[in-house]
Amino acid sequence: MTRLNRFLLAGAAMLLAAPSVGQAEDYKVGLLLPYSGVYAALGQEIDDGFMLALKERGGEIADAQIEVVREDTEVKPPVGLSKARKLILQDEIDVMVGIVSSGVLGAIRDFVHQSGTPLIVANAGNDDATGARCSAYITRQSFSNGQVNRPMGPWMFENGIKTVYTLAPDYAAGHQMIDNFKAAFEEAGGKVVGQEFTPFQTTKDFGPYLTKAKAAGPDAIFVFYAGGEAISFVKQYASFGLSEEVPLYGSGFLTSPLYVNAEGPAAEGVIAGLHYIPTLDTPENKAFVEAYTRDHGKAPSEYAVQGYDAGQALVEAIKSGATDKEALAAALSKVSFTSPRGPVEIDPATNNIVQNIYVFETVAGSDGLTQKLLGTVEAVRDPVNGCAM
Amino acid sequence: MTADVSFWIVQALNALQLSMLFFLLSVGLTVIFGLLHFVNLAHGALYALGAFVGFTAATLAGSYWAAFAAAPIVVALVGVLLYWALIRRMRSAGPMNQVLVTFGLIFVFLDVFRIGWGDIALGFAEPELFSGRSELLGVVYPTYRLFIIGLGLAVLAALSLVLTRTQIGAIIRAGVDNDAMAACMGINVERVFFLVFCVGCALAGLAGAVAAPVLSVTTDMGTAILIPTLIVVVIGGLGSLKGAIAGSLLIGFVQTFGSVLAPQLAAILIYALLAGVLILKPAGLFPARG
Repeated sequence: MTRLNRFLLAGAAMLLAAPSVGQAEDYKVGLLLPYSGVYAALGQEIDDGFMLALKERGGEIADAQIEVVREDTEVKPPVGLSKARKLILQDEIDVMVGIVSSGVLGAIRDFVHQSGTPLIVANAGNDDATGARCSAYITRQSFSNGQVNRPMGPWMFENGIKTVYTLAPDYAAGHQMIDNFKAAFEEAGGKVVGQEFTPFQTTKDFGPYLTKAKAAGPDAIFVFYAGGEAISFVKQYASFGLSEEVPLYGSGFLTSPLYVNAEGPAAEGVIAGLHYIPTLDTPENKAFVEAYTRDHGKAPSEYAVQGYDAGQALVEAIKSGATDKEALAAALSKVSFTSPRGPVEIDPATNNIVQNIYVFETVAGSDGLTQKLLGTVEAVRDPVNGCAM
Repeated sequence: MTADVSFWIVQALNALQLSMLFFLLSVGLTVIFGLLHFVNLAHGALYALGAFVGFTAATLAGSYWAAFAAAPIVVALVGVLLYWALIRRMRSAGPMNQVLVTFGLIFVFLDVFRIGWGDIALGFAEPELFSGRSELLGVVYPTYRLFIIGLGLAVLAALSLVLTRTQIGAIIRAGVDNDAMAACMGINVERVFFLVFCVGCALAGLAGAVAAPVLSVTTDMGTAILIPTLIVVVIGGLGSLKGAIAGSLLIGFVQTFGSVLAPQLAAILIYALLAGVLILKPAGLFPARG
């Protein structure tokens, strides 16, 4: 046998063998997250949550192989777009999961939509993504900016807060969070007596704004801040003695379990609304918190649960028998399951998640700060907001 | 707008507190500029390093004062390393190369912080002694912020004493004025440079540790503070203590009262001020060399 023949035979053998390998369904998932830059910690939490879901529930789809490809958006829209192109065109992924920043989501939206690749959004909360710019291929397992803040309006009014002063960073998310809260609060009968948007990421000293907010004499102050700004804000709020005079309310990212301990005692008493808190008393959440804590040595945050549910949604879609991208997208906009954060489903009208919003107070626990549940607003669903699939 | 006097007193204190933070940072930068003709863009990274070292020291020792002591020392030591490894070699390389090298250093530091301390923002508590609030001029104000104001004034007093009343101060002033002539007079200019660089680094580290309890400790805090600090230095005039204090006060007050009176313009006011000063006095308000 010549050498050439041997190669030919080997080639033929491979061709024969190939279909049998492909009999079990293979799915390629592209995780597009920030692994560097300011949101790297969030990207990692989402990744960890997603992998935990695949590990726990992979058995339900045992004949399917899921391969994960990771790409780093660096929180830069152009980088995100080129990485999305690479994942879809070169790696030929079946599903994309991730996206922390709404800026990146805005940049990749049209390309993802036109390529017909299902995308499970695991964080980015821009209302438009499931509103005017919604897509049949893009489902959101995290939250929308409006969804988290709207329920706080009526809840605060019913709890005796009649006038509010608002503060938030001056960028798209800051405006959406506050505008949605304001509309709902005023509709309930409350009055926003003043508001201020602080320069985004350049405001270090909130003293001038706090002094001004206090001078307006509201019943409460409602704010949206996240990350480093949240830590500075909450600490400075307490140091000016405002927490003793005017209660602080906010969007739950203000006292996220991810960094609430950096805020220290200053965070005690802050009341906020969010789609997940790690202290929820449900069997699903207890199992999730235990598994996550065992693997990572810390309790999960809302970001981890978003990644976890993105993984659960994918498993549910595959279980329903979807094999190609078109069928996966259709299945993903119909999934419903019980998440650690309670019952969740995708609203087919917008492809945004329908979920509970939890009003919680940050209190001192046996080891560090913890979340005390004050109220639950069930099954919060976004209005259609101009979405036409 | 409110006519309440105490409102304006509190805002003035806010402005003063911010000014002192800028002063601690800019004074090191401006003297390094003036004396070494060296553009150190990594100065902001040293400030962040002070905050991170402070965080570790405060957590390990369980006391804020450990941060207060450790941050300037550790950052000065890192400054020594930088000086021997890089800055000495880059002295004659021209400003463009210096800018590039120290700009690169910013990113090196960013990743060092990420690897060493993670991506999640950190924070540590102010000292017991200065927690809570005090009454001053009829207003109640956070004690720790008063401490920052006091510390800034103390550093200002110490530096101006050293610069105007001691031999080393005279040497530094001579070096800023004309380093070649000072060297001809038998002064070891290189050693003075080294000393000034270390003090500048220590002050940046101190500023980081002092700012950390008020702000949060994040990997990008150094880059965020660098721009206003550079503006302070340019407005004040390179190389002069008087310029650093004048620039810090101007920026601190414009930023604070800007965000109260014209919040929509708050983000651009300091740049408008920078442009205005540069048009009227291109060398800054109090340049060390006329």
